[in-house]
Amino acid sequence: MTAYIIRRIAMTVPVLFGILFVTFLMKALIPTDAVLALYSGQVSEEKAAEAIAQIRAKYDLDKPWYQQFAIYVGDVARGDLGESIRTRQPIVDEIGYRYWNTLVLTFASLVVALVVGLSTGIASAYWKGTWIDEVAMGIGLLGISMPAFFFGLILIFFFAVQLRWLPVMNAGDWKGLILPAVTLGLIEAAPLSRITRASMVEVLSQDYVKAIRAKGLPERHVIFRHALPNALLSILTILGLQIGGLLGGAFIIEVVFGWHGIGELAVKAIGWRDFTITQAIILVSATTYVLVNLVVDILYAWADPRIKLG
Amino acid sequence: MSELLQVEGLKTHFQTESGLVRAVDGVDLSVNEGEVLGLVGESGSGKTITALSLIRLVSPPGKIVAGRVMFGGQDLLQASEREMVQLRGDRISMVFQQPKASLNPVRRVGAQIAELFIHHRGASRRAAMNQAVELLARVGIPAPERKALAYPHELSGGQAQRVMIAMALALKPRLLIADEPTTALDVTIQAQILDLLRELCRDTGTAMILVTHDLGVIAQTADRVSVMYAGQIVEERPVARLFDDPRHPYTRALLASMPVQGRVAPRLGAIPGSVPPPGRMPAACRFAPRCAVRAERNMTICTHEMPALYPVEGGVSRCWCDAPAEATT
Ligand SMILES: Nc1ncnc2c1ncn2[C@@H]1O[C@H](COP(=O)(O)OP(=O)(O)OP(=O)(O)O)[C@@H](O)[C@H]1O
Ligand SMILES: [Mg+2]
Repeated sequence: MTAYIIRRIAMTVPVLFGILFVTFLMKALIPTDAVLALYSGQVSEEKAAEAIAQIRAKYDLDKPWYQQFAIYVGDVARGDLGESIRTRQPIVDEIGYRYWNTLVLTFASLVVALVVGLSTGIASAYWKGTWIDEVAMGIGLLGISMPAFFFGLILIFFFAVQLRWLPVMNAGDWKGLILPAVTLGLIEAAPLSRITRASMVEVLSQDYVKAIRAKGLPERHVIFRHALPNALLSILTILGLQIGGLLGGAFIIEVVFGWHGIGELAVKAIGWRDFTITQAIILVSATTYVLVNLVVDILYAWADPRIKLG
Repeated sequence: MSELLQVEGLKTHFQTESGLVRAVDGVDLSVNEGEVLGLVGESGSGKTITALSLIRLVSPPGKIVAGRVMFGGQDLLQASEREMVQLRGDRISMVFQQPKASLNPVRRVGAQIAELFIHHRGASRRAAMNQAVELLARVGIPAPERKALAYPHELSGGQAQRVMIAMALALKPRLLIADEPTTALDVTIQAQILDLLRELCRDTGTAMILVTHDLGVIAQTADRVSVMYAGQIVEERPVARLFDDPRHPYTRALLASMPVQGRVAPRLGAIPGSVPPPGRMPAACRFAPRCAVRAERNMTICTHEMPALYPVEGGVSRCWCDAPAEATT
């Protein structure tokens, strides 16, 4: 197991370097020279040229690319993501609290998604072909096909505008968390429910389920203690992708609900053409995605005794 | 010898897209306390579905549509699901054909045995685990403490079947249904597993229904034999009588197809023709199309009317040849 974990982590290192390199390259690939973009039209040409030279030196843009890359990697390793082009503030501070917000939203929506997705998936599988199954799958289909922002707006309309139970926009307290978490959670619950149903149906048709029933265990025990752990193995993979995606920032939902997370920041940064922030967000999101999948793989190996380790 | 289980007119049908499949179509069985009843028949004759029907574990679309399963003074087909859950694994248990596929792959073997004591006897986790280890030793698993912590994929087929047997006999049931318990195993291990089953059943006074293709196994193990053909019992006799003096033409054909003692793979299937497909099941004697006796004697009643189970020496036979004179006229 330990050997497997070490190997799996070792496999992640080149991927992380790949992410660093791609975000580093983004500078070169951005169509407008960022420094020019910052100063054009604001000062005289001479002053601009001078300032540009200064800035180039400051950001090491005058050095060969490999040195620039080494400096970049070193900075990131020290937790220095540079400063915002627009505000000149360290990006880490901004991203730090936003990342926390995204984490809170991800966790809350995950709870909703798991409760709704697993319970409807299990019920559908257990009562396969009955009206329970059809209703659950029908709603699930709706969840998969409905755009998240639209669903969010519907919820805002009912619970914030009509019923006035909850704030329209996030005001920084727990009430502001409910609507975005429910929206995201229900949207994520739909695919989770489908995969849960599919793998539960698969597991329930296995010979060992019949053998377990022949032992006279209560049905509750057969489903939750025997069948579900087997089904969870395939659910876990999907869940990993979903968590990875959510932690990257649920862009539209965060904007719709004014949730100050990574996703909302990304949308703003693009509007501001603040490419250092954009770059940092891509770096953080991609890294998160890779790390979440690393954790899922390790969990998977731990949960399935049949996986040959080593 | 008192009667433990009595099955009458059991019918289990499958409503499929291609029509109604009468997998079990009027099965009568009886098992006495402590005896071994062999249930033989070709593949597809309905042995497994019969076995599953007894403990009401047939999966949809299979449905028990008629019959009585009397056990301990109660008709199990009328019992509540709750009562069935209490009864399964405790008073009637089952061993399946594919031992490795019958264990939960992500649970430790010991825990899978222990949960029987926890659920049926209210044992503590710890006491249950100790009993599980004891049982593993009892069924001949080496290093039982260590094997209790193993996962099913770490066991051989023979060990997995020993574990299944340990589970099935853990609570000393009155009846064990063993559905081809050795078919999936190595020939060399088959005899060991059969010996183990027989020995443990004798110790606990458990009666057994031994389902098999293998007449050799029947000859060694069973006290009485029920022969099954196309969803019905066609002959039921004490084992010695069946082998010395088979009455039903199907039984005779089966015995004739049995290889000489000592040769391998005594499998059925050497009878000309095949089991009629569900859609074209004869309304009269189901074996008539393949029956040598009918052809020889040119009996017309066989293709016109279903024979009942008629008394023959020591048992019954579903053949017009054995019908009392007044029945045929
Ligand atoms: N799910 C199902 N749907 C339709 N028919 C079924 C189903 N399961 C079993 N049957 C039918 O029931 C009949 C009896 O099956 P069963 O498994 O009891 O046979 P068996 O005597 O145990 O055979 P084997 O020796 O191969 O195990 C078969 O002819 C099969 O076609
Ligand atoms: Mg079978």
